[in-house]
Amino acid sequence: MQIPVATHRLPNGLTVVLSEDHSAPIVAVNLWYHVGSANEREGRTGFAHLFEHMLFQGSAHVGSNEHFELIQRAGGTLNGSTWLERTNYFETVPSNQLAMALWLEADRMGALLPAMTQEKLDTQRDVVKNERRWSVDNQPYGTWWERLPALTFPPEHPFHHSLIGSMDHLSAASLEDIAEFFRAYYTPDNAVLTIAGDFDEPAALALVREYFGAIPRGAARPPLPPMDLPERFGTWHRATVEDDVMLPRLFLAFRAPVFGSALHYAGSVAAAVLGMRKGSRLYQQLVREAEVASDVTAFTYDLSKGADLLVVDATARPGVTPEALEAAVVAEIDRLCHEGAHEDEVARALALIETDFISTMQSAGDRADKLSMFATYFGDAQLVNTQLDRYREVTADAVTEFARARFGADNRASLMFIPRRSGAEGA
Amino acid sequence: MTFSPRPGAGPSRDYRFPAVERATLSNGVTLAVARQPRLPLVTLLALVDAGATSDAAGLEGAASLTARALTEGTRRIEGGALALEVERLGSGLDASADWDDALVHLSVTPERLPRAFALLGEVLTEPAFRARDVDRLREERLADLLQQQVEPRSLADDKFSFHLFAPGSRYGQPADGNSDSVATLDASRVRAAYAARYAPTTTTIVAVGDVTLARARELAEATIGNWRAPAAPAVALDDSTRPEGRRVCVITKSDAPQSELRVGHAGVPRLHPDYFPIVVMNALLGGLFSSRINLNLRERNAFTYGARSAFEWRRGAGPFVVSTAVKTDVTAAATREILAEIERMREDTVAQDELELATAYLDGVFPIRYETTQSVAQAIAIAKTFGLPDDYFTKYRAAVRAVSAEDVRRAARTYLHPERLLVIAVGDAEAIRGPLEALDIGPVHVETSTT
Repeated sequence: MQIPVATHRLPNGLTVVLSEDHSAPIVAVNLWYHVGSANEREGRTGFAHLFEHMLFQGSAHVGSNEHFELIQRAGGTLNGSTWLERTNYFETVPSNQLAMALWLEADRMGALLPAMTQEKLDTQRDVVKNERRWSVDNQPYGTWWERLPALTFPPEHPFHHSLIGSMDHLSAASLEDIAEFFRAYYTPDNAVLTIAGDFDEPAALALVREYFGAIPRGAARPPLPPMDLPERFGTWHRATVEDDVMLPRLFLAFRAPVFGSALHYAGSVAAAVLGMRKGSRLYQQLVREAEVASDVTAFTYDLSKGADLLVVDATARPGVTPEALEAAVVAEIDRLCHEGAHEDEVARALALIETDFISTMQSAGDRADKLSMFATYFGDAQLVNTQLDRYREVTADAVTEFARARFGADNRASLMFIPRRSGAEGA
Repeated sequence: MTFSPRPGAGPSRDYRFPAVERATLSNGVTLAVARQPRLPLVTLLALVDAGATSDAAGLEGAASLTARALTEGTRRIEGGALALEVERLGSGLDASADWDDALVHLSVTPERLPRAFALLGEVLTEPAFRARDVDRLREERLADLLQQQVEPRSLADDKFSFHLFAPGSRYGQPADGNSDSVATLDASRVRAAYAARYAPTTTTIVAVGDVTLARARELAEATIGNWRAPAAPAVALDDSTRPEGRRVCVITKSDAPQSELRVGHAGVPRLHPDYFPIVVMNALLGGLFSSRINLNLRERNAFTYGARSAFEWRRGAGPFVVSTAVKTDVTAAATREILAEIERMREDTVAQDELELATAYLDGVFPIRYETTQSVAQAIAIAKTFGLPDDYFTKYRAAVRAVSAEDVRRAARTYLHPERLLVIAVGDAEAIRGPLEALDIGPVHVETSTT
């Protein structure tokens, strides 16, 4: 399986990745800006994500919420998302509507600020605060995804702070912040535009040049502080959170090599050996055999700068103490380190990873997103076609070596949620 | 810098939903195959008429537990070894039951298809239902129910169904069962549920992707064709609702920063002559981002991160429900706005421009929904479940386009019932009860969330 990839660079620095496939009359437009919560300044946690919301509030030639309406009227789907080190915006439309999708993305890249008002900012600030209440504050374990980076990255590190942001910082965000962030980061030379699906390459490129070509290059962006970190935490970090939950749940994290590095693939396979689906070591032992966990998975964050995280997520069965849960997880980790990985469990992991990858490549939107990712992080969209080979190079010995180097007691972080003593009303 | 004018649409390209070919195996199992050879992938899906509506009273959750236990081991292969064997083929083997059917599916590369068919056939026809595995799955469901007491979203969904449907209706209890009913389930009850519902005549195998009908038929015949079991009778549906008129039920979750709101009443069965007018009407009311309810609650009032409405499609009449989560202090105001939008939908004749927002979206997005072998297999399964006509997918887009403003108005007036609305609010009862009473929309009662 080979994904076609052609990369162009406009004079203003915009990277354009094209991937033709005429099997369905569908085309995906996908734009990555190389900015995320890591780029937020002091006192503005949550701003990159709030800013993403503002990109749907109109631009010089597009009304508030009109971006959504025009794409849906065109028969398309769309959204945006914010992550620690990037923000993406994407549409999938019938292929005869490619021009509309490109024009809308160009208008907000070229002329967002004339449409920004205090009223729109106030509304989206409240929408985002409700998003925080919904996904974090009013969900059992909902704070895990801001507590875990806080536990595993040093306070001054750009990945340490909350992506969704604190209520106070969201309240403090101003129109001046919007203008400053836009001018610094939402520039063609800080973006990758991918078009995947049913289009004609010369015609699409002509449209891209027409709509994006005149948008000026940005000034120098504020550099990120140094991101590099030691290979291991150097200690066993621990945090216990009493929460409005009924069962203990452990997030056991390890510092891991960055996404795309040679060692990353061994780490990713190690995570699959430990916690990908029901045949994994942790599932078979903790859920099926010992019956101490009701569910367990393992995954990597796939961060491309500084250091990545590999995380085991295990929820206790009723009646199992937090200590017993952690002991059971740790025993399996230690066993992998001592006994090493077997060829057949690595083969299982690789087969699952291969099918997942092919499944993902079916959708034009997902294909475009992967191409944008490789172009943004590594300057080379073609890397999408090397992924399966890089995984296939991983041997059982490489997984064993990875486990011994990275899963030791000096590279663990336990984030344990336990039921609030007074609050939990028994079964 | 100069700006280009807003572009229009180019000429649209033809799209055809993948052709579905059918065959019947020698033992009566239906086979449906859609060839999609673009990528080296095949999705296999087994569909059995053994959904949650087949549960006996007091044994709610049996169908779901039975479906999930299928993949926990066969007479020949113990559960842990089965998981390993399937996953070495590069796929999970996921089984579940919804209201109408049990589903088992997996996706593999074409060279692994023979073994995938064999394993699918084995779990379907020779499940072991070992006591230890069934007991473990039952305890996992009980753990989920325990967790749900502090998880406001699914709690709101379940409370809505409970207060909407009559005590005798299966729809009033969760599809996966409640804590009392699940506690009574064991291997013998699961075996009985399997024996009652799983049979060649109630089973359909769907294969989508890089596969031909001939190949699928040969593999299916070899792995499932020898299965014999007595035919299962049709399930009797009871979708009756409680007789109460408009009312409010507050479920206590102390100190909740938001209220989870559910507002609605019974909808209609999936196989219904007004399906398309209802779908278009609902898209405008709350089905789209740019719908009336979402623009009102999110973009105009900033009460919420999002609000939507849906008709839940089942063989019987599932719920029509508006779902959102709003900041505690605007719970009553948001409820008032939802009620007002439902009223307004009944009163207005929508303008052509607004109508096209829904019809153009549903028409255009159709091919985007079916990019993957998994989504095509699901669509074929849904058509089978509800008995949709063979030309359903080829006529879908024209049927959407044919819905008029008058159809939408008629659908709103016929299928939205403001006088019957049930309002569920999971939240800080102390803070929201008074304002909800002051709305004066119906009696308000408060209950605690623990079961």
